[in-house]
Amino acid sequence: MPERTQKQRPAPQRSDEAIIDAPAKSETGEKLKADLDDLLDEIDDVLETNAEDFVKSYIQKGGQ
Amino acid sequence: MNSRFAPRHVQVPIRVTVNDLETGRERPMALRKIIGMETEFGIFHRRAGDSNPIAASSLLINAYINSLDRSGTASPIPRVGWDFVDETPANDARGLNIFAAMSSEVETHLVNAVLTNGARYYVDHAHPELSTPECADPLTVVLYDRAAEMILVESMRQANAALPEGEEIVVYKNNSDRKGNSYGTHENYLMDRTTPFSRVVAQVMPHFVTRQIYTGAGKVGSEAVGISSQQVPFQLTQRADFFEEQVGLETTLKRPIVNTRDEPHADAKKYRRLHVIVGDANLSQVSTFLKVGPTALVLCMIEDGYLDRTFVLEDPVLAMRQVSYDLSLRRPLGLSDGGSITALDMQWEYLGWARGYAEERGLECIGGEAVGSAVLQRWEEVLTKLETDPMQLADQLDWVAKYRLINGYRERHDLRWSDARMAAMDLQYHDLRPTKSLFSRLGVETLVKDADALIAVSEPPEDTRAYFRGKCLQKWADDIVAANWDSMVFDIGDDPLRRVPMMEPTRGTKAHVGSLLAECETSSELLRRLGS
Repeated sequence: MPERTQKQRPAPQRSDEAIIDAPAKSETGEKLKADLDDLLDEIDDVLETNAEDFVKSYIQKGGQ
Repeated sequence: MNSRFAPRHVQVPIRVTVNDLETGRERPMALRKIIGMETEFGIFHRRAGDSNPIAASSLLINAYINSLDRSGTASPIPRVGWDFVDETPANDARGLNIFAAMSSEVETHLVNAVLTNGARYYVDHAHPELSTPECADPLTVVLYDRAAEMILVESMRQANAALPEGEEIVVYKNNSDRKGNSYGTHENYLMDRTTPFSRVVAQVMPHFVTRQIYTGAGKVGSEAVGISSQQVPFQLTQRADFFEEQVGLETTLKRPIVNTRDEPHADAKKYRRLHVIVGDANLSQVSTFLKVGPTALVLCMIEDGYLDRTFVLEDPVLAMRQVSYDLSLRRPLGLSDGGSITALDMQWEYLGWARGYAEERGLECIGGEAVGSAVLQRWEEVLTKLETDPMQLADQLDWVAKYRLINGYRERHDLRWSDARMAAMDLQYHDLRPTKSLFSRLGVETLVKDADALIAVSEPPEDTRAYFRGKCLQKWADDIVAANWDSMVFDIGDDPLRRVPMMEPTRGTKAHVGSLLAECETSSELLRRLGS
């Protein structure tokens, strides 16, 4: 480790029990939320029509 | 021809020295990080029954090559084959034995083309694969990675025009079929041969494990044996499920976090090429930039001996998954000294070291002040937002963008994570068809202009040897019988075939050979002037 480690900000204070299992759901700003709503309104038109068949038949062998 | 590929007029320094502030002695600085990205794409031949993926991949690439053939416009036909003479994928960086059996990995009969932008486009195993040309900074990698997407999109268009009605070849830029089959996106970094490989392994390992928090492309569920959708409904990365070793030579079985393939594609006495197989294929340009930029900086610090030590993870293989499975980014990882640290905090440490390094030694090794500062700034911004609320990064990082979309759909329709529609959306996020891509609807920030990437489809970078390769192909494709990363073979009629070695990745640049290439009318003139 170099002599001068330049910390960007103070070490975070956390308790070990404070483990959350999903990202915080504070959608920042109404705009992002509205954008997502608009997208979800129209997305069914582009989604694969038979999800189950599609997922089953998507097989990729022999990769690195 | 015996001439090294080294015209005499311009000396491009490959090793800079500075005076040490304390001792006044000259000390070396890290090598410029020449970087390349190779992506194996998923390929799906729809409505074709039991289609053979090797045949579909060949069809896809041949359709593209043939279309260039026909267009006859911008550049001559890059119908140049790959030269395997210097390929040694079985060499191990730890100096272990060479597995002769592994040479079968090279499938010479399959389509294998060199493009005028200096890239290699070929069938690898059962996938179409594109290796970008050598790039001299992280932003150029982003540009050529975007150009690669455009090449695949155009390949689909050309191939599908020739297929029977109803059939379609679709290409996915992802790394898993969700059934335990994975295919890679590999990064390559030019490194100094004298840096002890054991130091590279020890100091880069914690970075590879923890960078996943911003490099991940996201995945619904897990493909690890015994992990249910309830335990892991969504994870940060495509690839973490597939790593079983800390260090090793394999890429298809028992994948290691640090790969030891020792095949520098350059002067092996001076260089090694660190072959990085832990990354995901990213659609987000910010994710790609941060996959490559911080990693290049970390490697510079390692090369310079700047990091006396880093953290030692108790179990890096386990930690790969712990990080990927923890959307809270708060779960501590065990350290070998008995302590623990979160992935986020480890990344803050690496960033702090990188800032100190940049201040002391500058950012030349990753392409200069402008691009280097952009790496540091973006790295810090992303860590800050990951710490406060990752969802703020829905317009920057792949895993966040994907999570937000799929989880939004899930909540609206009250679905379980195990619903097939969740998995289908995951796959479709990576669909490269402009009309079907879910990624392209999410308004994710871009770092390069598509107009520039379109140029990069056929034009090589100007500041690596890819320039020489690409320009020669543009000008004299008919005279070139084979090419690979470190040489080109010319056939100029009467004489025997003549090989031009290109063992220095930072030579053959526009500054270096631009005027020579412009002045030469014929390839024989070029060879004469290179050899004289």
